Amino acid sequence: MGNAHTLLAIKDLTIHYVTDDGSVHAVNHVSFALEKGKTLGLVGETGAGKTTIALGIIGLIPNPPGKIIGGAIELNGENLIGKRESVMRRIRGKKISMIFQDPMTALNPIDTVGEQIAEVLLLHEKVSQAEARIKAIEVLERVGISGERYDEYPHQFSGGMKQRVVIAIALACNPELLIADEPTTALDVTIQAQVLAMMNRLKHELNTSMIMITHDLGIVSEMCDQVAVIYAGEIVESGNLVHIFDETSHPYAKGLFNSLPSVAAAANRNRLVPIPGLMPDPTNLPAGCRFSPRCPLKEEHCERVAQDLVEISPGHMVRCWKWDRG
Amino acid sequence: MAPLLEVHELKKYFKTPYGLLHAVDGVSLTLEKGKTLGVVGESGCGKTTLGRVILHLLDSTGGRICFEGEDITTVSRAKLRALREKMQIIFQDPFSSLNPRQTISQTIGEPLIIKGGLSREQVSRRVGQLMETVGLAERLVNAYPHELDGGRRQRVGVARALALNPQFVVCDEPVSALDVSIQAQIINLMLDLQEQLGLSYIFITHDLSVVRFISHDILVMYLGMMIERAASKELFEYPLHPYTKALLAAVPEPDIHHQRQKLLLQGELSSPINPLPGCRFAPRCPHAKEICSQAQPEWKEVRPEHCVACHCVKEINGL
Repeated sequence: MGNAHTLLAIKDLTIHYVTDDGSVHAVNHVSFALEKGKTLGLVGETGAGKTTIALGIIGLIPNPPGKIIGGAIELNGENLIGKRESVMRRIRGKKISMIFQDPMTALNPIDTVGEQIAEVLLLHEKVSQAEARIKAIEVLERVGISGERYDEYPHQFSGGMKQRVVIAIALACNPELLIADEPTTALDVTIQAQVLAMMNRLKHELNTSMIMITHDLGIVSEMCDQVAVIYAGEIVESGNLVHIFDETSHPYAKGLFNSLPSVAAAANRNRLVPIPGLMPDPTNLPAGCRFSPRCPLKEEHCERVAQDLVEISPGHMVRCWKWDRG
Repeated sequence: MAPLLEVHELKKYFKTPYGLLHAVDGVSLTLEKGKTLGVVGESGCGKTTLGRVILHLLDSTGGRICFEGEDITTVSRAKLRALREKMQIIFQDPFSSLNPRQTISQTIGEPLIIKGGLSREQVSRRVGQLMETVGLAERLVNAYPHELDGGRRQRVGVARALALNPQFVVCDEPVSALDVSIQAQIINLMLDLQEQLGLSYIFITHDLSVVRFISHDILVMYLGMMIERAASKELFEYPLHPYTKALLAAVPEPDIHHQRQKLLLQGELSSPINPLPGCRFAPRCPHAKEICSQAQPEWKEVRPEHCVACHCVKEINGL
């Protein structure tokens, strides 16, 4: 961490939501680093805290009820936590952009798509209205939409095309960091393939670093360099693709892979191997290891003592003391 | 023995202000007892409409539906009611398909009460049995849907569908709204129930890995038309239609060593309203020739039990 190529370093980030029913520990002591031009996949199921991490980075945690309890978010060595809102506004859309899951609700229905792209440019760059229009048309064409559609409204676009517009807005100012929160979950597979291929191409052209939030391990294998598997607000395993896909070590990560309907399983119509039980209630997390109530390797020690992330081989971190067993 | 369900040239058109929308256009299929037919396609291909027309939740525009050898294309209300006991549906979204003001036992017991003829105790005993069958804890009997997570809600949907001992269930994207670890639980449940009760499923989904896992046969649809049908294994090993090939290639594989060659399709679904003559996939097809936009391709058996509708299937596949 902290070498010359590190763009983003998250250190010990902890985010809680304070509600009437208690404090929701959404993100707990999460640390990771992202190098320039690389893509990190954040993988986990609903409620794991993936989106909260993303909103924390871009400074959009709704407060109240959300609150960053501690840690640091360093972009190019500069901590973003505690920055004034006016400063964050200059960073958002310029240095860090975000693509949301649902393109149907991410666009303003009463502005043309062109205006929505030009808006970002007018806010962040010293350009005139006319220049912004020209630049916005360029950006539209970069994501594979004809510039002639500048004056059309979001409802005139299909879901895949809307997501391209959202990506165009996010990339208009060549941000250093792009956070994509389940960018293709709402799209059909053939359209998903188009959008992912386009994102990969643009990422390389612009040398953008990316955080890819997804629950789909297939997308991770195609898009990411590094992976962090999140469970109940904690990183349970992180590493490069080989670490996560070939040397899977945490019982939860293994469980995720086993739950997938694989080719081999389909051939014999075997039963799938689901992870028993459910994600713990985030207002009432289990003591000790958070995965222990669902874990096949659980021992008494696991229920008492919280586990640390341990480096089991260079760059491969696992939060389980029994990682080499089972 | 006659198949459980036979559908012949089924059509469903919707009138819209812009013209006739061809949601389902000439789909034929058969389903044997105890088997699963997967229906695959992207949004707007007509797969949900197909399921609903078969169940008479929508009226068909043309074609024939036979259930247990009997023509049920048009039936009286009384007859329909009797049929509904045998054919049920599980919906996609367990968050909107349950009545928020009914408890779990009311939801599962409602079909039994509508059918009539059971005492209160008999109904509650049957509800208890059903909850056990689908793996819902007894303590949830008076819980409301908002108290349950997605996986449990979908179990309630399954229990409700099974209440009247149906033979045939249309499963419309039953696991799409669920996380993978929970999805696996529900898929296992559906396989177990099929074995125990001899159920037949039409399994509608856009998720190819799930459909490969659960189906015996697969039907691929595109813009209301069927374009390819084969046994599950055959289809995944020898996809013949260019759309099926692209669809299979588009799925990101969770495997870093075997990345499939990407076959990117250009463009998007064209409009199902007043569709042009010819193959509906032609505007996006990398192999399209002149004939493809002029005449509808014939539905023909190209390999044993493997049917395709494509003009160029022979050239593309070197058959």
